Amino acid sequence: MPAHDVLIIGAGLAGQRAALAAADAGATVAIMSKVHPVRSHSVAAAGGINAALNPEDTWESHAFDTVKGSDYLGDQDAIEIMAREAPEEILHLEHIGVTFHRNEHGQLGTRAFGGASQARTYYVADITGQAILHVLYEQLMKYSNQVDRLEEWFTTSLIQDEDGTCVGCIARDIRSGAMEVFTAKNVILASGGCGQAFKPTTNGLIVTGDGISQAYRIGAPLMDMEMVQYHPTCLVENGFLITEGARGEGAHLLNGDGERFMEKYAPNKLELASRDVVSRAEQTEIDEGRGAGPDGVGIYLDVTVVPKKRTLEALREIVNIGKDFAGVDITREPILIRPGQHYIMGGVRTDADGATPVPGLYAAGEVACVSVHGGNRLGANSLLDTLIFGKRAGTHAAERARAMAMPTPKAAEAKRREDVEEIDAIIARPKTGRRISSIKEELGESMNRHCAVFREEDGLRQGLEIVKHLQEEAKTAYIDDRGTVFNQDVLGAIELGYMLDCAEATVVSAIERKESRGAQFRTDFPERNDDEWLKHINVTTNGGDDPAISYSPVTITKWQPEERKY
Amino acid sequence: MSEFKLRLRRYDPESGSAPYWAEYSVDLEGHRSVLEGILQAKGETDGSIGIRCSCRAAICGSCGVLINGKTALACHTHLDKAARHAKDGVIEVEPMSNMPVIKDLIVDMDAVHWKKQQRVTPWLINKEPIPEREYIAPHESMVDITQSMACIQCGACVSSCLSMEIDPLFVGPAALAKAYRFVGDPRDAQQYERLKDLAEDPHGMYDCTHCFNCIEACPKGVAPMNQIMRLRRVAGDHEIVDRNNGHRHESAFVTLVKDYGLLHEAELLPRSYGGDSWFGKFHPNAGKELLDSLPVVVKGLMRRKMNPKIALFGHKLPKDALGEVQRIFDTVESRPARDELNLYIKGYDEDDSGAQDSGAGGPEHANNAPDQGQPGQEPEESPVR
Repeated sequence: MPAHDVLIIGAGLAGQRAALAAADAGATVAIMSKVHPVRSHSVAAAGGINAALNPEDTWESHAFDTVKGSDYLGDQDAIEIMAREAPEEILHLEHIGVTFHRNEHGQLGTRAFGGASQARTYYVADITGQAILHVLYEQLMKYSNQVDRLEEWFTTSLIQDEDGTCVGCIARDIRSGAMEVFTAKNVILASGGCGQAFKPTTNGLIVTGDGISQAYRIGAPLMDMEMVQYHPTCLVENGFLITEGARGEGAHLLNGDGERFMEKYAPNKLELASRDVVSRAEQTEIDEGRGAGPDGVGIYLDVTVVPKKRTLEALREIVNIGKDFAGVDITREPILIRPGQHYIMGGVRTDADGATPVPGLYAAGEVACVSVHGGNRLGANSLLDTLIFGKRAGTHAAERARAMAMPTPKAAEAKRREDVEEIDAIIARPKTGRRISSIKEELGESMNRHCAVFREEDGLRQGLEIVKHLQEEAKTAYIDDRGTVFNQDVLGAIELGYMLDCAEATVVSAIERKESRGAQFRTDFPERNDDEWLKHINVTTNGGDDPAISYSPVTITKWQPEERKY
Repeated sequence: MSEFKLRLRRYDPESGSAPYWAEYSVDLEGHRSVLEGILQAKGETDGSIGIRCSCRAAICGSCGVLINGKTALACHTHLDKAARHAKDGVIEVEPMSNMPVIKDLIVDMDAVHWKKQQRVTPWLINKEPIPEREYIAPHESMVDITQSMACIQCGACVSSCLSMEIDPLFVGPAALAKAYRFVGDPRDAQQYERLKDLAEDPHGMYDCTHCFNCIEACPKGVAPMNQIMRLRRVAGDHEIVDRNNGHRHESAFVTLVKDYGLLHEAELLPRSYGGDSWFGKFHPNAGKELLDSLPVVVKGLMRRKMNPKIALFGHKLPKDALGEVQRIFDTVESRPARDELNLYIKGYDEDDSGAQDSGAGGPEHANNAPDQGQPGQEPEESPVR
């Protein structure tokens, strides 16, 4: 039975950074992922990564922008840590080989990004996530003696000791279908968000909330789940992401009348206000009949105002996306976009070392909620979040491992058998229920209708009803594949369960928060209400069927809540 | 919406039976991707269809397949276009080549692609001392290697590589492009060692036959073959004379074109082995190589692939044409630095004026902007994107 000091589940930026940090601290490490690590969705992060590295910039300014962006729901102690450690992390990345953009002096150069008072976003063209992810993977190949890579292994459950400590996981080798127990002194979840619970979404098909649900099922609290980020610029055509870097480089947003409407909503920052503000402005224009394009369901993003040479050098990926997926040459004409689900600020609650309330269980990256993003994440803060808290979780878990013996979980084999039986049962279901794909489709559309940019009580209640109904139907949904080698069908059924858990926690939290803050805008409670709601909402399974709600305080260090204007 | 027919190559390793074709009809708009077609078939008809995929936007590199016999990303190929290129209107999708098939459209990338990546020491070997702040590196060199950084490791080039089909040990386009990412990186300390290693390897950088397949297959404009050419040129700068004779061959080639205006085929071989001058053919190495090649020469003569007169005296170009060719050499060689610019730097039109003022008046105005060439379609070194 494989046993490691630190077992990391998920191999995007947070997971790989955690693995390298834990190995660096002398731990034995395994990193497990249901896809090859470079396929992880971090690869799609385009715009860049924030750090106050310029001499004229300060970490306090970065921290304040983040606090303000979070609509004061972010925990300021954690935000301070992230902003302070950011410059060192950028230099570390530079030293291990990330090909960051240079200025004319050969030094690291920056671009502007939304919600930031300074241009502090470091980038590699518009493939920043890919460049960093691939460089980290280079390091994993370099350190393959110290880090075991378990590529294309699908986690089915986390396992616990008698006292509730997390001591490993059960996983399925996708290639062979074998189910194995992996024991570990510490488990770090780094498996990303749950964007696939929405349709459309900018997230890849693999982003199905696995880690969030696995942690939730063993009792870890989920925090800030109502905070779902809708990115302002997604292709109307199919929901694909157009990087905020486009607006960072100067692109304009125009409504159907050709008006630069952000002047009304954010007179100072215009297109570079925070994402929640821009998405709401766009949705308002569309809802009030000033949308652009056929049926007026979109907004024009006009990149033609950016010098063409600059676009082709720094925004090449979206030139390609425009051409290949919308048939539009963005250097010559505006492209139709609208807000689309992009990121979840919420996740498994952790402290600033990535530790969750479940002993032995850590989380980092989008799966986690530290909370540094609060009600709304700033662009180019998510790559930073994954790396800073991935590293901290890796280091901390390695330290914790040093002082303890390898656990020998008694229940592990029983849990493994239980998971094997569950998979066999799914495969054996008669073809009488619904298809997995149709349930997933309905879930995504319902979430996007009831739990999107604008929300209100009735719609959310309807959304919750639909989730509950789909949870029932998922129990009898059938699959076609009866094999063991690469049975993606059965994994899809398990992922559907994960997504439904995440969706339920999201809607329940959104109903609970009776105010408007950050990404949560309640048309029935349109104001921010600091007296009652300057607190985090936590959701736990509570051993029963219905999620139980509790609250935790927001940590405020330097910055008292004030009105938020861009 | 229109109906498209897909013919998928299916293989179930557990069944004990051979691969087979299965047809599916899907209902989608023509500009939707082949991947979306396959996912519709998988979602609505047969969930057992195996294909790796995630991002749907040509970023994650999961869904490399053969579409109508050519390697491509399924998410990056439109249904209508694929149907037009299909021989009987049915879009044929198969697993990638040059890699073992695991199931249906899923191939074993570890056994080939990733193993070859490991071969080129795929991580930065830092120049010492590591600075306290960032390394100071020219803007151009970072943009230059960004082209190979843009590689998403999809394996399309590996699948399409003709050299690898003949020599499975060939390091191959993806790994060599990765190698250039370090050779071109001013922060790397072992550029010479990397080049020497890949030049000396009989399956290394000189194993590429310039067939352009990888350039055509690459969905990200990495143009692996161009990166291989760059490796060779930089190896030449380092005067790495390799046992495969790659470097000498390349020098002889260039000198001949310069002197004769066209390649003088009969001189190429002796000069590659005997030395890059007219006297090269009298070197013992050249004699030996000529003797070894005699059967090929005779065969070539008999099949009239060769004309004895041209073989002996070379092609005759009119004087002014020869002068033109030599002027090209003079221009290129007079540049202070060799032009290694790639798509990221060079893929734009010289005339920028239309784009710069077109935004002010909104969409209508932009639509009236003067028609310019497509971006990225006139790259200096990438004939196909």
